[in-house]
Amino acid sequence: MIHSLFLINHLGDIFLEKHWKSVISRSVCDYFFEAREKAVDPENVPPVLQTPHHYLISIYRGKLFFLSVIQTEVPPLFVIEFLHRVADTFQDYFGECSESVITDNLVIVYELLEEMLDNGFPLATESNVLKEMIRPPNILRSVVNTLTGGSNVGETLPQGQLSNIPWRRAGVKYANNEAYFDVTEEIDAIVDKSGTTVSAEIQGVIEACVKLSGMPDLTMSFMNPRLLDDVSFHPCVRFRRWESERVLSFIPPDGNFTLMTYHISSQNLVAIPVYVKQSINFFEAGSCGRLDITIGPKQTMGKTVEDLKVTIHMPKAVLNANLTATQGNYTYDCTTKMLVWDIGKLNPQKLPNLRGSLSMQTGVPNPEENPSLNIDLKIQQLAISGLKVSRLDMYGEKYKPFKGVKYVTKAGKFQVRT
Amino acid sequence: FIMFSSHRHDDLKEMLDSNKDSLKLEAMKRIVAMIARGKNASDLFPAVVKNVACKNIEVKKLVYVYLVRYAEEQQDLALLSISTFQRGLKDPNQLIRASALRVLSSIRVTIIVPIMMLAIKEAASDMSPYVRKTAAHAIPKLYSLDPEQKDQLIEVIEKLLADKTTLVAGSVVMAFEEVCPERIDLIHKNYRKLCNLLIDVEEWGQVVIINMLTRYARTQFLNPNINESLLEEGGSGDKTFYGSDEDEDEDEEEKEKKAEVAAMAKRKPYVMDPDHRLLLRNTKPLLQSRNAAVVMAVAQLYFHLAPKAEVGVIAKALVRLLRSHSEVQYVVLQNVATMSIKRRGMFEPYLKSFYIRSTDPTQIKVLKLEVLTNLANETNISTILREFQTYIKSMDKDFVAATIQAIGRCATNISEVRDTCLNGLVQLLSNRDELVVAESVVVIKKLLQMQPEKHSDIIKHMAKLTDNIQVPMARASILWLIGEYCEHVPKIAPDVLRKMAKSFTNEEDIVKLQIINLAAKLYLTNSKQTKLLTQYVLNLAKYDQNYDIRDRARFIRQLIVPTEKSGALSKYAKKLFLALKPAPVLESPFKDRDHFQLGSLSHLLNAKAGGYQELPDWPEAAPDPSVRNVEVKESVPEWTKCSSREKRKEKKVEKPFYTDSEGESGPTESADSESDSATGSESSSGSEESGSGSESEESKEASESEEEEEEEEEEEKKKKKKDLKKPMTALWSEFGNILPCLSFLVEPAPSPQVTPVNTFLSNSLVTDLEGLSLSDSVLSPATIAPSSTLKSYELLHRITGEGLSVEYCFSRQPFSPDANMVAVQMQFTNNASSDTKNLHIEDVKLQSGMRVKEFPEIELLPAGETATAVMGIDFCDSTQAANFQLCTHTRKFFVSIQPPVGELMRPVFLTENEFKKEQGE
Repeated sequence: MIHSLFLINHLGDIFLEKHWKSVISRSVCDYFFEAREKAVDPENVPPVLQTPHHYLISIYRGKLFFLSVIQTEVPPLFVIEFLHRVADTFQDYFGECSESVITDNLVIVYELLEEMLDNGFPLATESNVLKEMIRPPNILRSVVNTLTGGSNVGETLPQGQLSNIPWRRAGVKYANNEAYFDVTEEIDAIVDKSGTTVSAEIQGVIEACVKLSGMPDLTMSFMNPRLLDDVSFHPCVRFRRWESERVLSFIPPDGNFTLMTYHISSQNLVAIPVYVKQSINFFEAGSCGRLDITIGPKQTMGKTVEDLKVTIHMPKAVLNANLTATQGNYTYDCTTKMLVWDIGKLNPQKLPNLRGSLSMQTGVPNPEENPSLNIDLKIQQLAISGLKVSRLDMYGEKYKPFKGVKYVTKAGKFQVRT
Repeated sequence: FIMFSSHRHDDLKEMLDSNKDSLKLEAMKRIVAMIARGKNASDLFPAVVKNVACKNIEVKKLVYVYLVRYAEEQQDLALLSISTFQRGLKDPNQLIRASALRVLSSIRVTIIVPIMMLAIKEAASDMSPYVRKTAAHAIPKLYSLDPEQKDQLIEVIEKLLADKTTLVAGSVVMAFEEVCPERIDLIHKNYRKLCNLLIDVEEWGQVVIINMLTRYARTQFLNPNINESLLEEGGSGDKTFYGSDEDEDEDEEEKEKKAEVAAMAKRKPYVMDPDHRLLLRNTKPLLQSRNAAVVMAVAQLYFHLAPKAEVGVIAKALVRLLRSHSEVQYVVLQNVATMSIKRRGMFEPYLKSFYIRSTDPTQIKVLKLEVLTNLANETNISTILREFQTYIKSMDKDFVAATIQAIGRCATNISEVRDTCLNGLVQLLSNRDELVVAESVVVIKKLLQMQPEKHSDIIKHMAKLTDNIQVPMARASILWLIGEYCEHVPKIAPDVLRKMAKSFTNEEDIVKLQIINLAAKLYLTNSKQTKLLTQYVLNLAKYDQNYDIRDRARFIRQLIVPTEKSGALSKYAKKLFLALKPAPVLESPFKDRDHFQLGSLSHLLNAKAGGYQELPDWPEAAPDPSVRNVEVKESVPEWTKCSSREKRKEKKVEKPFYTDSEGESGPTESADSESDSATGSESSSGSEESGSGSESEESKEASESEEEEEEEEEEEKKKKKKDLKKPMTALWSEFGNILPCLSFLVEPAPSPQVTPVNTFLSNSLVTDLEGLSLSDSVLSPATIAPSSTLKSYELLHRITGEGLSVEYCFSRQPFSPDANMVAVQMQFTNNASSDTKNLHIEDVKLQSGMRVKEFPEIELLPAGETATAVMGIDFCDSTQAANFQLCTHTRKFFVSIQPPVGELMRPVFLTENEFKKEQGE
């Protein structure tokens, strides 16, 4: 299936290649560079390219291209999903997924790729199994290794691949047994000029950090499971229990993992936490423009809105901005045309306002389009959908774990059209 | 330089030759880093291969990496390492065996093919499933190395397909797809097992299995939408699953064929094969997978295989994927675009999820636009157009151009909004951006062709644009319009031609062609004013650099300027040039892409990729479903070696259609001298039971019956037993293709009497009403209480039920209100200290086709008491669960009844003679 993998940095240098079958010359990447050139933006490179003898499927992650070479029919999503899994694994191992980190750990990367794919077909992609075979680097061990000649390859052979629950290794022991869950909800919304919501949905995710000894069997139940009608689970969740009783029952992987994601699409369930009053005008005479933005709280469920930030991608003709903010700071980058207004905490008594003039390039006709506003915000201790975890029970082990649930609401793709 | 590099490698060689593992490791790390960067390290081969047996695991692993990379180039030297792996194959540790096989099979050296073959064969019967999995992985490797091994490899695949572990399933199907995807017959026996294991297979395996099963199902089952597709055929001429790639001329024939099928369909209503249902049911939960590839695989399975009413479930999951990485979005949107043409209704509720944000990458925007356009209809068009209006103001000009195209398509498809769209597009003509104007011109041209007479002012407006607009395509479109509708703009047209003649030499080729075209048309309609201009243009064209233009000029001159030589054609020049031309149809580029399997690379590229397996058309008549039946013991959930051994011993009672896990053959029967008669009768299932059984044909049942004894003077003991095998007037033929069937002894008078399941066995043959079940417990000559013969299942445990416990059993009796229903006898026990009231059923949730007849409400169930009730369920020949709520006066409990295979029966009445005849077969 997957024949070869090339890692390419943003300059177009190939800095790693791996072949699972016969070697394919790296000149095959030229087709990709051609498309890359044409696309201007790296995001606009088509993920699937056809060349005379091969197909190229690529993803763009962390300013790197992961480019795989395919020779025969294979579901494209299969490859894309796998490449993202590779990037996730690097992230997991090295803390970030960048060129410098990969070249520093070239041998570990190579060993990982060797284990993840066999003859182009995925073999071990579960982080727990991989970590048993190849230990992630840390400073202490690399010092010890250079002195003693020890290795990063696990001495014991991995048992995880053999078990029915490959995501959990056996014999886990912790002094403090704890299980923490973060419920994070992101609001995706489009609000039009007049302030009416065009579309709104919530993307929720429950991230878990479980450090429990032995083989715990956890059950999580919700106060209002009816909210969740579109969900996807980590493979550890027993789907039938969910179907019949609407509880999450699972033997958790060890460490950090994404337990479930959910999607609430019905618009009337989605509360929009802030409103925006804006006017952006460009005048023909004097080649200038005026901007005036005010933000106020709308449906915040009595919580404070934090980390409020407005980002505007200005038209090309806008040269500079001369504005005053009643709260927070603004910056305008003339090259990328990005206006960023960092507000911070939203004070309902004194609404933040940004106003002033925009200087425009002379001799150029006025831009017709008005830029849209992208909003970032955060609300602690609130899941905007109203989802609440009612309890978490553990079976199978005797000790009493520490448990905790944290809720956060963020703006996802929150856009206000002008 | 060469000197230098060989010198540096000397340094590495030295390190590899040293005794210290740390030095070796360091050297190997440097070598692997070289490989990773794509530098050549092949001259180190001998030095590296020596370390293949190194004790240090990391060194060993890195040597493997090196070996696999360079073995192909250094075949002879690579052979040195083979013996190490051969030793590894015999290691007691399964992981070492597996890794030895993995590396051995990755060495692409033709000479070791026989060794690999042997190793794979051995590993395929290894104790450890992990080693067997590795063997499955090795199969495609060997196949690509030496395709001549195909036949032997198919044998191994066949063997591994029979494996029951989830670990192996994905890998072996992968091997199957690479080596012998055409051998669909190998799947039959494993079909049900694969369906059942699917949910526990690792995610990558799931994708491969689901894709394979989609193809399999297309060859084995009937089209669930057969009636629907016929309707569509009649209505819009829209072809569905059938013959989308067939020629137009075959249409008639096809329709006839379809009419036939329709007639057939009317005679025989479509009944879904339970195996088809099994596949749909077992894949559905995987829509909740975190892996986008799995979700897509299930979605395409439902799209290609599910009845229309059920396809909708995939929309929600696909929309969820739109939140994922942009590459995932790209692929999903491509597939949604194809699906939304065929099944628009499915995505309509999610219209807003396809709205475009200014931050989306352009390729995503364009795809979303495509989906929005496909979803547009009379009711939602106003909202969509309002959205489009905001898009037109976008900074992303490519996207604006795509939006204008989309508006054009909406306008052609929905006649109500045509004028609105046209007006909107005309306004765009005054846009400052030339690209936007050009695109609008092109789209307006297409729209105007539909009703040109109304819009001469628009044409005039566009004629003015020729002064400013430079985009060739737009200029060409305007010229064409003016030429085509010159009678609507009689004054302007010659003037435009004049201007164009002036600038002719500086125009692009497509514009030049249209100028010639315009000149010709004007010459024909208004030769007085334009004769000279036309001649001038044709003369210019005569000496153009482009031969197409020269050619066109020559051709047109001959055609329109009558000379002596010009033939009869010039008489018809006007007809040729000014014929009414049909308006163009603006179609989605995704139309008819669904003849490729969705989710595949070929579908994405809209071209057949190498190794793509065509998705076959549905068969007209279903192939024999019994090929999927698995022999007796193997359908039992626990596969143990011991059971299969047992099976071999009981060859005599081996019944192919019969999967009673209980093993109905007690020792008595196998000892019975006449037992072979039983085998004789059971082969004669269905077809001859015509006496009462109109349905008998459909049920793939193998009703098993025991032969009647003719000699009555048998010894007493035997006789008792044989009484049971007496003529049956009612024969319970079974519905699911499996399990024991009940025979019923009733008087010849056809009384649909519900008898107690069992009574005393008596010697008299005629007078008694006897219930007879063929399970071994009944065969023992004793009086048995009915309950003991029937297995009861728990519906509600007394703890979850807060004191109320419910058990149910399939009483194997006819359910008198409705013969299609299976009787379920429920036993309610109140273990609580208080009374329970108003026991009844609510909120029944069923798969389509299933029905339930509720039991009458139980008013009061005092504490400690027990009550029974009978309800009927029509499972529709499937083994799907019937879900409902069991309600008391205080609480509601979610419960479900899932019939075990073989409990689905229906009564069939036979006269004694018919029965005997049946038996005699």
